[in-house]
This record gives sequence, C-alpha cells and structure tokens, in this order.
Amino acid sequence: MNGPHDMGGFTGFGPVLHEYDEPVWHDGWEPRAFALVLAMGMTGSWNIDEARHARERLPAMQYWRSSYYEMRHFALILQLIELGIVTAMEEEQGGMAMPPKPVKRVAKAEMIPAILASGGPANRPSNLPQGFAIDDKVRVRTINPSGHTRLPRYARGKAGQIVAVHGTHVFPDSNAHGAGEDPQWLYTVRFTAQDLWGQDTKDAVCIDLWEPYLEAAP
Amino acid sequence: MPHDGHHHDHDHEGSELSPLALRVKALESLLVEKGYVDPKALDVLIDTYETKIGPRNGARVVAKAWTDPTFADWLKRDATAAIASLGYTGRQGEHMVALFNTPETHNMVVCTLCSCYPWPVLGLPPVWYKSMPYRSRAVIEPREVLKEFGVEVPDEREVRVWDSTAEVRYLVIPERPPGTEGWSEEQLAGIVTRNAMIGTGIVTA
Amino acid sequence: MNGAHDCGGMMGFGPVVAEENEPVFHALWEARMFALMSAVGDVGGWTLDEDRAACEAMEPGHYITSSYYEHWLNGLELLLQKHGLATAEEITSGTATTRGQSVTPTAAEVVWPAVTAHGSYERKADATPLFKLGDVVRTRHLNPAHHTRLPRYLRGHVGEIVACHGAHVFPDSNSRGLGEDPRHLYTVRFKASDVWGNAARDLIHADLWEPYLEAR
Repeated sequence: MNGPHDMGGFTGFGPVLHEYDEPVWHDGWEPRAFALVLAMGMTGSWNIDEARHARERLPAMQYWRSSYYEMRHFALILQLIELGIVTAMEEEQGGMAMPPKPVKRVAKAEMIPAILASGGPANRPSNLPQGFAIDDKVRVRTINPSGHTRLPRYARGKAGQIVAVHGTHVFPDSNAHGAGEDPQWLYTVRFTAQDLWGQDTKDAVCIDLWEPYLEAAP
Repeated sequence: MPHDGHHHDHDHEGSELSPLALRVKALESLLVEKGYVDPKALDVLIDTYETKIGPRNGARVVAKAWTDPTFADWLKRDATAAIASLGYTGRQGEHMVALFNTPETHNMVVCTLCSCYPWPVLGLPPVWYKSMPYRSRAVIEPREVLKEFGVEVPDEREVRVWDSTAEVRYLVIPERPPGTEGWSEEQLAGIVTRNAMIGTGIVTA
Repeated sequence: MNGAHDCGGMMGFGPVVAEENEPVFHALWEARMFALMSAVGDVGGWTLDEDRAACEAMEPGHYITSSYYEHWLNGLELLLQKHGLATAEEITSGTATTRGQSVTPTAAEVVWPAVTAHGSYERKADATPLFKLGDVVRTRHLNPAHHTRLPRYLRGHVGEIVACHGAHVFPDSNSRGLGEDPRHLYTVRFKASDVWGNAARDLIHADLWEPYLEAR
C-alpha cells in the first residue's frame, strides 16, 4: 500500500538530527515496549511481514507524529486486538477480562538467547526459474498494490540493472496476507540518481526487489 | 498477578509517568497476566540489546577485514558466514552483505519503508536512522545528508545508497585511515564508529 | 518540493467523510483566518504561488495532522516574516513592537469589487508552443526542491494533450519571486491504467506547464 511508511523522496522533514553518543533508550518505557514487541512476536501469532503491514496500516497522522517505539507499540496493540489476543477494553484498562487465547509458544527467559541467535532466515527453496542475471537491464513495474509490498513508490516505472542475485526468498506481498510464503527470486537492482530523480550526479541507489516487481527492459 | 500494574490503582505512582509509559506498563501487566510473556524474558531481551549486542561487534568485523585479506575476501563473497565465524548471528542479520568503500564508491545504508538494520553487528538503530528526515532524504539527496554528518564526498566518487527492502542486511566496511599501519586489530576496532558502518561517517586515526 | 501536500495516490487515510449541511466555517477562528489571508494577501506583496508555497512549507507530520486553515495560518505567519510585515516575536505575542512595512490596508468598500474583478493568469509569451492537440508527451522525472505543480504520481508517465490554454504564469518561477515567466499550459490526459498499473478504464487529467513535459 502507498502508506505513510513509504518515505523515500519526501522533502520537508528537515535535517537529520543526530545525537552524539546516543544512548540505546531515551525513556524508561522504551525498553519495555521494545521487549514486549519482540516477546509477543515470539508467540508465533504473526510473521514479520504481517507485523510490518500492521505498522504501515496505522493512520498516517499517527505514523508521522509518533516516535519509533510509540509507533511499534501502537502497531502491536492493533495486531493484538485484530487477532483477539486482547480486547480493546483490556488494553485500555490493563487487566484481564477474557481468558487467554492459546498461542503457539511463550518464550521463557532461558529460551531467549537461542531464539535470538537462530534468527529467522527468509531464503526458501523454489523450483521457479531465475528470470534475470547479473548485469541484466530491468524496469520496475508500475504497480500500486493495496496490500503490503516492499516495492517503494519512488522506484516504480524506473529502469535499473541487476547487481546481485540472492536466491529465492519469502515474498512479503503474499506472506503478509496469509497467502503463504510463495518464495520468489530476489535481486539487488542498481538505479542511477539520473534515472530515479532526474539528477545530474554520479550517485546511485541499490534496492532489493523480488522478481514479480520487475520486467525485462530493452 | 491481579492488577498490580493497573494505572488507575496507582495514581501517586502514575503521576510521574507519561501517558505512553503508563500505556506500555498496562499492556505489559495485561500480557503477563494472560501468560503470553514471561517478564524475565523481557529483562533478558532488553539486556541483550542494551549491553551485549552493539556496534562493537561490527567494529571487530571491520578491523579483521582491514588486517586479514583472507577474511576480507570471505566477507566479500559470503558476509553471512564470515560474520558468523566471529560469533555474530541471529535476528536481523540472517542474510548479510558487506559493502566495501573504495576511492571510487562511498556506500550508505537506509531503509525507506521501515527501519531495517543489521542488529547482530550494530545493535539497535539510533533515533536518526529511524527518523522521517533520514528515511525520506537519504535516497534523493544523499550528499546533503552526508554533509550534515560532516562527510564530504568528492564529486568524482559515486555515492551508492542501499535501500534495505528485503531481509538482506548491509554493513559498510569503511576505508582504513592512513597512519594506522602496524596497529593491532583491537586498536583498529577502537576507532571504527557506528556511523562509519552505516555510511554516514568516515574513520579517522 | 515532495511535501505532504502532494498526497496523490497515498493510501491509509481512510474513507472520505462528508458532512451533511456543512457550514462554511467550523469555528470562528477559521472565518477570521480566511479573511486575514485574503485581506493581507491583497497588500502583502506576495503572489498566489508564493502563498501556496508557504502553506506547503510545513513539516509533513505537522501538515497532515493539522486542518486546512491551520495550513493557511502557518503560511501567513511565514509570509509576514519573509516580507518584513511582522517579526516572529510579534506573531507570538500578538503585539506590534516594530513599525514594519508601510502598506495601505484593503478598505471594506473595495472588498466586493476586488473579489468579483475579472482576473487572468494568461500572459503573452514570445515562444511558440512545442505541443499541439493530440500530441503524445511524457512528463519529466523532476524533483525540484521548490514549489511545483507537477504531482509526484504523474512523473515519468505518458499522456496526450487534450487542451492548450496559451501561456500562463509559471508557478515554479513565480512562487520564488523570480517573475511570472509565462509558459504554455496544457491539459494532459493520462490513462489510470498507465499511471497506477491497474486495469481501471478511468482517465486522469492534469494541467501541466510545458517545462514539465517532453516529446515522447
């Protein structure tokens, strides 16, 4: 979806304010909010693409006016309520009113290091033929899916060149909507700033794009 | 755990917390009460990213790449395996790519769509990396953003921005500064900054 | 600039909420704001394009979380400072401490004639138009840092000229105080299916100045 998360190319947000020797957290609630997001993710109630889609479905005014951990917290609440894991009233009151809905797993403290270390690789085997090779010229399709996609708006319709092939990876456009992992070939595509923005510079942007986003360019 | 964290029960305590802090606290107590999360697991998660995993990991990768040509070559071919050999694996680092800065190319990393970042080597991203100004501007005016970080890239050098749209994560290997000949890996790791590994800084001796 | 005002194609803002029997203004301050912008705009020394540019200059997060007349308020505050009519301190305090530029305010009795006067943005231009009816054009990949009327969602797309309006004041120049620089203005027709890559049979029309276009 062309949501508020799709930030590339917007102007007017002002300078990048970088803090010298920035601490990991800026307020006491931030680590708790962060850990809650991770721990609830470990219950297996949603996948990473569904979680990302929840964030981008937040109202634009909320998304653009929230700090990062605020935004993550609001998206967590959205998911918990949508999936019936907690009710809106329970969330508001901070106390249990309904019996818990069973979840796949509850991560205990002693399980955390192993879960974090194993991570969640996104590459999957697939029998799909590889459509493009290194150096191939491609054009990004002009598509505007109403669901989740990892194709930024600023790259649509633009011509680029394949610079890396990563094998077949979980396809977010499918996986975010309960339609299965549907692994697709993943490439890094290099676009010149000239082609992307009409700028006369030597610069380039490289974007990781799945094959369904691409077509061969003459 | 009956309603211990219920903010209506603790007005004197609640008055010191922001509305959001109260909301997070309430949700935590609810999810603990429902048995979905182990509060000790939350402590472990926080401690992991507060004290155990951070940019020092990435700095060791860079220092080794500077001193060990075999490792640098491995990093170019298969960064995931090369980085794993130093013990840095896991969440948000499952598919690593190392981007070597050269006299021809300066690399910088962004995630315009969310805030993807290589956690096992850099820890959690700084606020500015997750901010709207960085996410919006890095792809369209990278040189202006770099100037704000005090990095001037000569015109003849290509600025190559990497937008992390998939589960592939990027680590910039900055150029080794002159005047560091004969330094140990440990000494070198000490001068590698987090920003240099994102591409918004350069390493100086 | 690619600001928050340029929201064509954005999703997630929810349904269009239409109010029944909607009043002209929803608060007294809105009516005062509307009148202030018009009255000061007549004498302030800026153009409509500069006015638009000022209203768009808000930080995008602020822009989308504020109402229409807040955009006007923000724009007017900016213009007053830029044109030396008021200082930031005066705007905050609401009290004049400097003389500012001397202007003759719009008198009540000239409002009606001013509002109903025939105006035009068409200007004489020496250049002959590059395009004619039926020509197929492509919009350029432009991303100017300044005010522009070429929306992001129409950049790099192919369309057809369906009307030629003569030369009109060029906002990209006029908004920056660089003169009217009149350029030929066309209505360009785009297929929604080309713009969005969907199967819609709809058409989108936009009024675009010649510098936004190139021959296909």
